[in-house]
Amino acid sequence: MASVTFAPDDRYNAFITTLSEAETGPGRLSGIPVAVKDNISTRGIPTTCASRILAGYIPPYDAHVVTLLKREGAAIVGKTNMDEFGMGTTTENSAFGPTLNPADPTRVPGGSSGGSAAAVASGMVRMALGTDTGGSIRCPAAFCGIVGLKPTYGRVSRYGLIAYANSLEQIGPMARSVEDISLLMEVLTTHDSRDSTTISCPYRHTPDPSVRGLKIGVPEEFFGEGVDPRVAAVVWEAVTRLEQQGAEIVTCRMPSMSFALAAYYVTCTSEASSNLARFDGVRYGPQADTRRPWHESFQDQRREGFGAEVRRRIMLGTFALSSGYYGKYYAKAQAARQQVRNDFVRLFRTVDVIAGPTMPTVAFRLGEKTDPLSMYLSDILTVPANLAGVPAISVPCGTSEGLPVGLQVIGQWFRDEKVIDVAAAYEQGASL
Amino acid sequence: MSDNSATQPASPGMAIDDEVIIGLEIHCQLDTRTKLFCGCSTDYRDDPPNTHVCPICLGLPGSLPRVNLKAVEFSLRVGKALNCGIAHEAEFARKNYFYPDLNKGFQITQYDKPIAVKGYLDIEGEDGEKRVRITRVHMEEDPGRLVHKGGADRPKYTLVDYNRAGIPLIEIVTEPDLRSPKEARRFLNKLRATLEYLGVFDSEKEGSLRVDANISIQPKGWFEREGKGKADRGRVEVKNISSYKGVEKALTFEITRQKNLIRRGQKLETATRHFVETRGVTTSSRSKEMEQDYRYFPEPDLRPLRVCDWAAEIMLPELPDARRARFMEQYCCSPIHARTLTGELKLAEFYEKVADIDTALAATWLADTLLGELNYRDMSIVVVPPEQFRELLELLKEGSVTDKTGVEVLRVLLDQLKETGSCEGPRACVDRLGLRVITATPTLAGEDPVVKAAKEAIAEQPQAVADYLAGRKEALNFLVGQVMKKTRGCAKPGDVNTVLANLLEEG
Amino acid sequence: MIEEKDIEHIAMLADIGITKEELPEFTGQFNEILDYFDILDQVEETGASEHELANVFREDEIEPSLPQDEVLANTRDAEDGFFRAPRVM
Repeated sequence: MASVTFAPDDRYNAFITTLSEAETGPGRLSGIPVAVKDNISTRGIPTTCASRILAGYIPPYDAHVVTLLKREGAAIVGKTNMDEFGMGTTTENSAFGPTLNPADPTRVPGGSSGGSAAAVASGMVRMALGTDTGGSIRCPAAFCGIVGLKPTYGRVSRYGLIAYANSLEQIGPMARSVEDISLLMEVLTTHDSRDSTTISCPYRHTPDPSVRGLKIGVPEEFFGEGVDPRVAAVVWEAVTRLEQQGAEIVTCRMPSMSFALAAYYVTCTSEASSNLARFDGVRYGPQADTRRPWHESFQDQRREGFGAEVRRRIMLGTFALSSGYYGKYYAKAQAARQQVRNDFVRLFRTVDVIAGPTMPTVAFRLGEKTDPLSMYLSDILTVPANLAGVPAISVPCGTSEGLPVGLQVIGQWFRDEKVIDVAAAYEQGASL
Repeated sequence: MSDNSATQPASPGMAIDDEVIIGLEIHCQLDTRTKLFCGCSTDYRDDPPNTHVCPICLGLPGSLPRVNLKAVEFSLRVGKALNCGIAHEAEFARKNYFYPDLNKGFQITQYDKPIAVKGYLDIEGEDGEKRVRITRVHMEEDPGRLVHKGGADRPKYTLVDYNRAGIPLIEIVTEPDLRSPKEARRFLNKLRATLEYLGVFDSEKEGSLRVDANISIQPKGWFEREGKGKADRGRVEVKNISSYKGVEKALTFEITRQKNLIRRGQKLETATRHFVETRGVTTSSRSKEMEQDYRYFPEPDLRPLRVCDWAAEIMLPELPDARRARFMEQYCCSPIHARTLTGELKLAEFYEKVADIDTALAATWLADTLLGELNYRDMSIVVVPPEQFRELLELLKEGSVTDKTGVEVLRVLLDQLKETGSCEGPRACVDRLGLRVITATPTLAGEDPVVKAAKEAIAEQPQAVADYLAGRKEALNFLVGQVMKKTRGCAKPGDVNTVLANLLEEG
Repeated sequence: MIEEKDIEHIAMLADIGITKEELPEFTGQFNEILDYFDILDQVEETGASEHELANVFREDEIEPSLPQDEVLANTRDAEDGFFRAPRVM
């Protein structure tokens, strides 16, 4: 078995685990070092979700996407840092310390797939896998100046992805070029019947950088309140460039944006409160204290094992599902979610894709965001795609204050090819 | 008192116009080859702990459930057999609570969209045929098995085996339509028979059925008037009943307990109690369970079931009631025999394998004799080889053995089966034990064994003879008994009667 | 308005183990977040839409289970093939 030597200078704290000798084989990814976010199970390699509660856990099986990477000869060189269980927008909520942004090490790389983004942006690896629950691939891609795609919900198997919010999240590719995103999508979309929420829809596509005649919808809400005008200006310029390449720009409205974020946070915390109940210290992770009664032991386990943000979200979700509040929160959030879907259905009757900024601002300074709600609000532009399950890509489109800005392109269900084409068009247009 | 069996006298403490109200929640393991959400084998009972588990039923992070098609099909069969409506759309949901037998911190079950609702099952109630309404049938996964360790000398802890985790269960919930422990038992027997006829359940497997029972004592007619309205007297949920006999025991205990409370004028609070099988009592469990908030929500890793059309296509096999009717029609079984013989699938099948010898003889010997002997030995019909039983029936039919020696032979054979798992042939057994029937010759010749025994009895029992001759005819029965003893039951009672009467008349 | 005692109740429901010192901060953040969630009150419930995907099944075919040593590999607290857990009785 051939192997790839990996000895990176991880000055940005992008990795939780690295493998100095990574196996590689023949295939489309032969010899290519690939980093995998640490919430994706890897047989024989610790998988922590950046949480103390999974300390010492070594999965006895590979996630489906890891099997696919190996099958194509990829060298899995390490597991990347992240916000604990994917809960965060900065990769500061990690038991292993924050990841720094290679574009400016005083800034956060975005999150929660900040480690994957930093590993790619710094050149330590050519490509990486991230996961995106409410923007966790696109946000760090935008902040670090790389490309990141959240595929259509149901296109990539989640088998082996340690769940944070099952109905929202997808595994997706992160790379420095759209071409590599496309290559990874070919590998990742091989169907897996173990994930009942997927359908077989293999990606076989070469990016087509022509946007002539393409209708691009630009929702006003994506340039509204809370979006830094300097960021908005950079993104408008990018949209204009696509227009110059032959696309037609149509401004439109997305009224459901007003409650999308609330719907997102109610849904993801509800699901998380249930998903994270399994970490009881019996089967894996730090051992429960068996001298104590069950509930006390379990409470200790969770208080010591989870960071503050995880505990906050577990409590929010518990509350949103609890008797007497389910109707006000969880049920309403599902209705809101349906309206987000309806908005997309309506918009896609007249436009091919929707474009706007990925993030309302550039990367924050480390430690800048301390208040949970203001942190949540920064996900406003990325969560609609997760709520509806549509594909969305972030492609670098310039800088503001010297920091990368991402252009987000959102497409129709199972038309991941189209958002990749538009990203490729922008990328090639920009390099002219 | 001419009849004290049909109506129960009002027991002390229970006002004459009180009645017992019972509803059941029954969990049955579906007899699929693999678990509900993964491919692990369900055949775990004789294997070491944690050897039938995989990332899915161990709840390892990242694993995802996949629905077993067979389990859905089995559930649909149950729903149809219980005359339920099949849901247009059924859905799995998460029931969230923390317990070490739960591998994921939640149980995947069905909540507001169960697979089947609103059905019924007819049983033989206290006052004739009775319709017990089924509220719902839903699918869920079995939790793991806990073993409680430690004691006074060292800290207690729990051992967990997840082999059982993920076994498919159906939960069948009845309306509170049952009025006595006996009715509850009959309901369970009928349900068990139905599930076995459907081929979805194996009652021989240990722990394959568990019952929670809701029970209260209310003024007569309260339930019909108030339905589920608030009662003065609380309702007790008895959990953890894991055998058929246990259900009747637990309910009987609980009724007595509640009656005593009522008699003492104490208030009956709604509560959860546990049945302790070994002691036959229910004990109070901590009230914390009452405050559980399970935070149900749809299982996001699974898609809905839209199986209405499929359910319509599923053909049901002959069910107990139909088979009972057929037994009465085809084999001229008495209603009681037909009910007994069809009350268990394996018994009904057994009957049909031996009925051709003589339908009535087979029915009597199976329903009245064999079943009793099996129960006495705590054995199941499945261990009895039908061909051996056929041979015994043949012996009886041709008159080679008497009823009495037939029973004796049966007992010998069953004891052999219990001991060794096999038995000798009935014919060989009869010959070995010299139990072949003795026929008396009408000549009253001295060499006839029956006549010889009768003469001995007359000689040995002058008092009985005197009594008989003095006109006390019942003395003859005593003498018959003596002769039967002397002939080890091989003589036909009719012969003995005739011989004795003739000898005494001659005397 | 959520009060500290509510947070304690939720923490108990969630078995999350909140300390006294953490209560005020959690309560404040909770209120801020729940105020924001109030926007959901404006959402009209139009009836849940149906999933397009339904009836996803697997056949009832046995697949290999994990060997017992792999099952127990992630715990240091195994006993005779069982996992050890805190007492529940």
